Amino acid sequence: MSAQQVLFDIPGPKARIRHAVYTVLTLVGFFVVLAIIYLGFNRSLGEGAPPLFSAEAWAVNPNGQWAAVRWQPFIDPATWTDYVIPGLLNTLTAALWAAVLALVFGLVFGIARLSDHAWIRIPAGAVVEFFRGIPLLMLIFFAMALPLAVNQVRPLLGLPPLQPGTFQVSALAAVVIGLTLYNGSVLAEVFRAGINAVPKGQSEAAYSLGMNKVQVMWWILIPQAVRSMMPAIVAQLVILLKDTALGYIIAFPELLRSFSLIGTRYGNVIPAALICAVIYIAINISLSRLAIWLEKRNARSSKGGTKGTALPTTAASGTFGAPGSTT
Amino acid sequence: MEAFFTNIDKVIDGFSWTVRLALFSALFSFILGVILTAMRVSPIGLLRGVSTVYVETVRNSPLTLVLLFCGLGLNSALGLSLADSVAWDVFWWAVIGLSAYTACFVSETLRSGINTIPVGQAEAARSLGLTFTQILRLIIIPQALRTVIGPLGSVLIALIKNTTVASVAGLGVQEASRQMKLMFDQGIAPVLPTFVGFAIGFLVLTLPVGYFFSWLSKRMAVVR
Amino acid sequence: MRIRRTSAALAGASALALTLASCGTAEVGGGGNGGDSGNGDTITIGVKYDQPGLGLLEGNKPVGFDVDVATYIAGELGYSPDQIEWTEAASANRETFLQQGTVDMIVATYSITDERKNVVDFAGPYYIAQQDIIVSADNTDIQGPEDLEGKVLCSASGSRSANNIVDSEENGGLGIGAELREAGNYSECMELLANGTVDAVTTDNTILAGFAAQNPDAYRMVNNPFGEEKYGVGLPKGSTEMCEKVNEAITKMWEEGKALEFLEAAFGETGFEYATEQPPLEGCA
Repeated sequence: MSAQQVLFDIPGPKARIRHAVYTVLTLVGFFVVLAIIYLGFNRSLGEGAPPLFSAEAWAVNPNGQWAAVRWQPFIDPATWTDYVIPGLLNTLTAALWAAVLALVFGLVFGIARLSDHAWIRIPAGAVVEFFRGIPLLMLIFFAMALPLAVNQVRPLLGLPPLQPGTFQVSALAAVVIGLTLYNGSVLAEVFRAGINAVPKGQSEAAYSLGMNKVQVMWWILIPQAVRSMMPAIVAQLVILLKDTALGYIIAFPELLRSFSLIGTRYGNVIPAALICAVIYIAINISLSRLAIWLEKRNARSSKGGTKGTALPTTAASGTFGAPGSTT
Repeated sequence: MEAFFTNIDKVIDGFSWTVRLALFSALFSFILGVILTAMRVSPIGLLRGVSTVYVETVRNSPLTLVLLFCGLGLNSALGLSLADSVAWDVFWWAVIGLSAYTACFVSETLRSGINTIPVGQAEAARSLGLTFTQILRLIIIPQALRTVIGPLGSVLIALIKNTTVASVAGLGVQEASRQMKLMFDQGIAPVLPTFVGFAIGFLVLTLPVGYFFSWLSKRMAVVR
Repeated sequence: MRIRRTSAALAGASALALTLASCGTAEVGGGGNGGDSGNGDTITIGVKYDQPGLGLLEGNKPVGFDVDVATYIAGELGYSPDQIEWTEAASANRETFLQQGTVDMIVATYSITDERKNVVDFAGPYYIAQQDIIVSADNTDIQGPEDLEGKVLCSASGSRSANNIVDSEENGGLGIGAELREAGNYSECMELLANGTVDAVTTDNTILAGFAAQNPDAYRMVNNPFGEEKYGVGLPKGSTEMCEKVNEAITKMWEEGKALEFLEAAFGETGFEYATEQPPLEGCA
């Protein structure tokens, strides 16, 4: 139901006054919070600070976070060409690699979990459940330590340790491996749910036309599943993009790491973090909008079609199409 | 596995922080999520706006940045301290950051639950003369909650895994993944068994939650 | 039939993953045998990107004392500056980079320790830094490590400096009861210090001098150095021959007065009294 119009009556005179009061209170609260943040970052709160209602407290403090010198680097085009754009490109590179690999991983394991053969179904299920259940950060740490692990295992098998340079995991690879395994397992569940949700009649009709299992899967089930799960898939890709920020921890030079380096060079850690957040939010909101648009288009074109399926329409918010998808 | 068990005290210490982070954040994010949802459907336009902007902003920021803002911004720059000892101070700020982030997902989930409730429910409630808060509290939220138990379980699992980010991002809570990284770096334990040990630790936390919530959602399903 | 498809797809995916894992190897000279002559090869050197004065990314290339030293050594090995490929070596990944062969050499405030000698080789040292403490300018009561009892000390992820103070004496520390607050790196530490969230930051005096120079009025170096950090040139395990050459280059760098030039360029304006003598070489294993 569309909540707003149904949950309350059209306000009468008393209710209108009450609402006006609440509105004013909310505004006051909002501005108080803003003021605290402004003053706090301006270093005009707490001990030794000028009195709250003096002009001094509100003037930009040259030692505070709002000092022009802390923001000036962002006017310099070199900051953008040297740090931000390379960082953004690395973020997008990692996200793109991981997105492609995760989709492949998800499709393979999603289908494998629906296999008629237990020896495929059960291991595939175990793999998916394993990678869905452990934190992405641990996967990245582990991927980074893989060469070390190999060299620790080889002597046990009676093999000599590897020569340096023969096997290495770059920071990019570690991030991509982690993101692929985690998001791939989530996508596997999305695909499985999507395939399960295609009405039985579809595959029955296809079999009766003489198609075999592979043909039914490839020509009938997957196209419909992908279309109906599109919002959930895009939502998961938004999460994947956001998670590339964890590369910061292993010094992968992505967007957040670039801003961290800007913060180091100019001593403006907090302004850099704020601008970084704005960029992430802009990218992610546009992607979420894409997800919503896709879903709307889907809903329009499939009117009266696959009605009554168990598809999670909750993906309107762009997030809960898939279980465990909110890193 | 030997090295893993000789360092078992570090492992247990790490997971004790993980569990505490998850428990407190789950509690606070649920409360904040319900409040945000109530604001989102309230008759007051400004409250709806505040809730929408908050959810859209925080949901679309990387968790790392949210926690960085709590650690370097609110805790450090604003000088807001929540406990006397450093370990507990950063712990509570991590809880606040995780709750602020997770509440967005709780709110989005609840809102989608509300969307599944037939319009007649609210209309009937209004015709009985219930006020907005009564309708929410007695009619809408209880039903919405029952329909989204499964997705809420997913949010909780994601939260448990997200506690690992609190080890970085200007806070440095010494939780399980941090302990694992330390053991890797200092070479005091072989990589493979250590990883498997910690992975099992996380699976012990996440898998039962998943099964419990899917069992609960089946049990509590609203038959229509 | 479906099984075959599945496994084919799997094979494809793993092939992709492998290609990806080996990304970046192509341009790296092989382990410890690169560097005989400048025959158009390149040399990959790991330096810090986030330490003012030592190795700081300014625009698209790093600058600082370590970078100058690395450039000089590479020059002696026959590589011109434009044959050097710079890579960021963070504290947490230096050993991994050398073991994997991601870099040929690491010049990144890399202290020679017995623990590290187990996994990598060191040439040098080319400089001996000491550990020091930095506090905010208005703090007067911290004059040395013993004054840190009960104070909050910032520790950067992957660095052992703070542990040198709080670890018990049998673990090689000073056994001083300070509380640790962990940050991602030293610039986050400096931010915490500027805000008064931590009372002090401790690490090598070279690193502290670089940060202090960014905002000289806000901080005070305690100037009560202790311990020693022998900065070495990290090389892959088993590169004795290379090590000898690097050692020759280091000695020449000090004899020609280049080392002092580099130190002056990095720290001249900071008031930091850097060491002016070449530290004794340790010899190659």
